[in-house]
Amino acid sequence: MKLRANLIIGGALFALAILVGLLAPWLAHTDPVLDANLMNAEEPPSWTWWFGTDDQGRDIYSRVVYGARVSLTVGIVSQLINSVIGVALGLSAGYWGGWWDDVVNGLTNLMLAIPSLIFALAIMAVLGPGLTSLLIALGLTNWSFTCRIARASALSLRSQGYVQAATVLGYGDLRIMITQLLPNMLGPIIVIGTLGMGSAVLSEAALSFLGLGVRPPFPSWGSMLSDARDQITTAPWLSVFPGLAIFLTVLGLNLLGDGLRDILDPQSRSRRS
Amino acid sequence: MTGVPLIEVEDLRIDLDDGSRRVAAAEGISFRIDRGETFGLVGESGCGKSITALALIGLLRQPLSIGSGVIRFEGREIQHLSAAKQRELRGNRIAMIFQEPMTALNPVSPVGRQIAEMFVLHKGKSWREANQLAVEALASVRVPAPERRVKDYPHQLSGGMRQRVMIAIALACGPDLLIADEPTTALDVTVQAEIIELMRNLCAERGTAILMISHDLGLVANVCRRVAVMYAGRIVEERGSADVFRSPSHPYTQGLVASLPRLGSRAALGRTRLKEIAGVVPAITAFPDGCRFNPRCAQATGICRTVAPVADLLEAGGLVRCHHHA
Repeated sequence: MKLRANLIIGGALFALAILVGLLAPWLAHTDPVLDANLMNAEEPPSWTWWFGTDDQGRDIYSRVVYGARVSLTVGIVSQLINSVIGVALGLSAGYWGGWWDDVVNGLTNLMLAIPSLIFALAIMAVLGPGLTSLLIALGLTNWSFTCRIARASALSLRSQGYVQAATVLGYGDLRIMITQLLPNMLGPIIVIGTLGMGSAVLSEAALSFLGLGVRPPFPSWGSMLSDARDQITTAPWLSVFPGLAIFLTVLGLNLLGDGLRDILDPQSRSRRS
Repeated sequence: MTGVPLIEVEDLRIDLDDGSRRVAAAEGISFRIDRGETFGLVGESGCGKSITALALIGLLRQPLSIGSGVIRFEGREIQHLSAAKQRELRGNRIAMIFQEPMTALNPVSPVGRQIAEMFVLHKGKSWREANQLAVEALASVRVPAPERRVKDYPHQLSGGMRQRVMIAIALACGPDLLIADEPTTALDVTVQAEIIELMRNLCAERGTAILMISHDLGLVANVCRRVAVMYAGRIVEERGSADVFRSPSHPYTQGLVASLPRLGSRAALGRTRLKEIAGVVPAITAFPDGCRFNPRCAQATGICRTVAPVADLLEAGGLVRCHHHA
């Protein structure tokens, strides 16, 4: 039953984060950007201001609620792009081998050698700031681990009896990759994916901090953390609440990934029942 | 048994490329299997029987390749067919079951889906129809409660059940030839007998020819009408399976038959040592000149060490490759 607990808690946390993002207009007390009032600047958390207010008098609670939209969009979409690229390259490289494997390996090593944040920075510099370029930049720079895992799994799965059996039964290469190899490597890919979502949320924060993310007045958890850095001693609630939001989201994602892995592995499923 | 044989192999040579040179892992392989016939290929590990089967279905991979020879399926040469054309044959016209039912099924896919996929792949059925056909296929291999079993994953089935599922997959598209590579080695003896019986009956019903590959002479003789014995990459004797036991011609076959344990032999003859064939199989790179069996053969003479024997036709039918055959 312990195995189900992480799935439920993780799923609940992640679902909560998504719900908050979706329902932001109804959950927020004030407009996150426009309702600035210097009369209320730097109020500590209270019944009126649940999470306190910042130096321009904006409601932190409302900003955290709206920030979920940016952070989750970036986390989910960019990691999906990464997973698709990583799996497509790694799976085909591991299965086909030969010169294609060499090419993919070289590319992966190149990506691992360049710090992904620096690479993302370079892409952002070319594309200019904004949500779309953020998704592209983070989606193209973090697939190397997924690729490695997919390649390693494909290499070991390739020699499995059922993959050879599928060849003998007349399956084509693509069908073998999709029906035989992919489902068998999904577990680790999902776990890497959830971790990747967490790190994408953090990368988004870093890029926003450097002014390359979402444009400043509009909130994302990352940019809120960055803004709050100077006031961490005088107004700690400015960092605590967005930080907590990031923490809970990433925790939820990791628990969810663990739980999903348990479900997707039929052997652990029968052990439990 | 007239007309074009189902599959015909002529002077097949399989090369092993070990980097610097090519050596023949098997050569001079010739046999034919007629429609609905049962044919056995017997030999010890490494004699080339499994790679011969792989050559038939076009799945030799580096470092192995077909060096020369012809493989005809229904009179059509298939060794140079394109990958796509070969794929149409595999699973559809020529199917294969394996030694390890434990690993030959995809662990993350329900068995029903794996059977159904064959109908989708080769017969262009919709998944809906295919799932229905999968239940019928599972029923035909006598799996109880097939409509429930199709949802099971391979690890939920016993070894015997898994091999039944493999047979269902292999026979799904009604192939003309079923290649069975050591189909029962991983199973215990009582299950072995059931599986063999099932395979034989299903193939007889549908007119599917069987090419059975095994090291177990007794098993092959039991299932197959004709048997070819391979040694060190060559077929040394090919006979009707009853004749192999009654009057083996090649010294190697004689040795194999003599080394089979017989039930009750201890009571009749007292405690005796099981007969064995002295020596070991030579490595592929170091096959001896002449007859490859000569270093282990009690009857070997000068000619055996220099000249490779040709296949002699026997009066009783069959052929043997020995200078001194009976």
